[in-house]
Amino acid sequence: MNKYVERIYNGLWKENPTIVLMLGMCPTLAVTTSAINGVGMGVSTLFVLVLSNLIISLCRKIIPDEVRLPAYIVIAASLVTVVDLIMQAYTPSLYDALGIYIPLIVVNCIILGRAEAYAGKNEPLLSAADGLGMGLGFTVALIIIGSIRELIGAGTIFNHTVFVSRPFPPIAIFVKSPGAFLIIGFLIAIINALKIKNRSGELVNGCDEGCMGCSFAQFQNPQAAAAKSTAAVKNATAAVKAATEQARTDAKKKDGNVSASSGKGENK
Amino acid sequence: MSQGSLLFIIISTALIDNVVLSQFLGICSFLGVSKSLKNSVSLGAAVILVISVSSAVANLLYTFILKPLDLTYLDTIVFILVIAALVQMVEMFIKKSSPALYKALGIYLPLITTNCAVLGVALTNVQNEYNFIQSVVAGFGTAVGYTISISLLASIRERIDEKAVPKAFQGAPIVLMTAALMSIAFTGFSGLSL
Repeated sequence: MNKYVERIYNGLWKENPTIVLMLGMCPTLAVTTSAINGVGMGVSTLFVLVLSNLIISLCRKIIPDEVRLPAYIVIAASLVTVVDLIMQAYTPSLYDALGIYIPLIVVNCIILGRAEAYAGKNEPLLSAADGLGMGLGFTVALIIIGSIRELIGAGTIFNHTVFVSRPFPPIAIFVKSPGAFLIIGFLIAIINALKIKNRSGELVNGCDEGCMGCSFAQFQNPQAAAAKSTAAVKNATAAVKAATEQARTDAKKKDGNVSASSGKGENK
Repeated sequence: MSQGSLLFIIISTALIDNVVLSQFLGICSFLGVSKSLKNSVSLGAAVILVISVSSAVANLLYTFILKPLDLTYLDTIVFILVIAALVQMVEMFIKKSSPALYKALGIYLPLITTNCAVLGVALTNVQNEYNFIQSVVAGFGTAVGYTISISLLASIRERIDEKAVPKAFQGAPIVLMTAALMSIAFTGFSGLSL
């Protein structure tokens, strides 16, 4: 498969940020009161994600390793300000509906997570494709959750009335805050059930330490960092051992050859 | 009670508009660090400290630097950087001044940098045009609300651990269900007539 297509497929399905990695739960829960809000949030995050991945990847050789997180945050925050101003100018109703969650795209774990996990190490176009895939995966998940909540909670989809009182009158709690937790909980449980049935893959479990645990594990969680470094040390010692053994066997072979050849020489 | 009075702000931020259960800020740590009650309370204490200090600093920056220079559109960038730097400073300060407190809160402080509740409070304060005292009280109230809800969730999760949960619901789904029930309970506070 083409590697750009592979990145997009990866973001859309295999490592879907919302339903597989459980990243960026705050906007997912908060803005999915209707399908159209999901589209707005998804597209603005997609825009920031593609551009931030592209810019971070372009700058990856200039940014010193010690200050990379502040640098990433500044890049993301500038892009978010741009999106914020554009939405304020051209889509005022959506801007009002999404409210404070637009500036909060900065602290969306998906952005920093992808910067840390992918864009900081790979070439620009691939990183942009990665951002596109992740952004699409996020958008699709938001649209699905938003549609379900809007359908059950208000009887409409994208503001088109689907039913009024039959088969059941709309259950308003699904567009209020408890509905968000319920719907996402059930979605993850359904995916888990499918995975158990097919006996494939690991169950969706979220991260033990929340988003930060995922994206900054080696950076901010001392225990994980320690575990990782000991693993690295183990790997290194193993590599050294292997190398020395290799060298020894090589040396033995050489000795053998030398003695053999010298033996030959003596024979002559 | 008037909208701006301090008691109104503290009750509405802590209970009625609970930061986690009705505004959905700080969900990551709410779901992630709520495995044991002890850790949750420590995290809550760290959050109270950081949010109170950061909303004070954000308010000062906004009124004395961004507003006079007409740079209010830069608030997102400025706030996130200041919060990140502030958390580092608080961490260093606690490390020097009280090693015991650092031992209890230390590992949670870096986690708070990317907690959206901190930035969320700073931005909401600006939107509501709170003055200095009101901002600090709103920050404190929000953080108390966070601590209440994460401690409650942690206590419930400690009990769930001993129960037989269907396999598909183990892990994240059952926690989300619990949060949904808590959220329903907290909507009861919106009936408070202040």
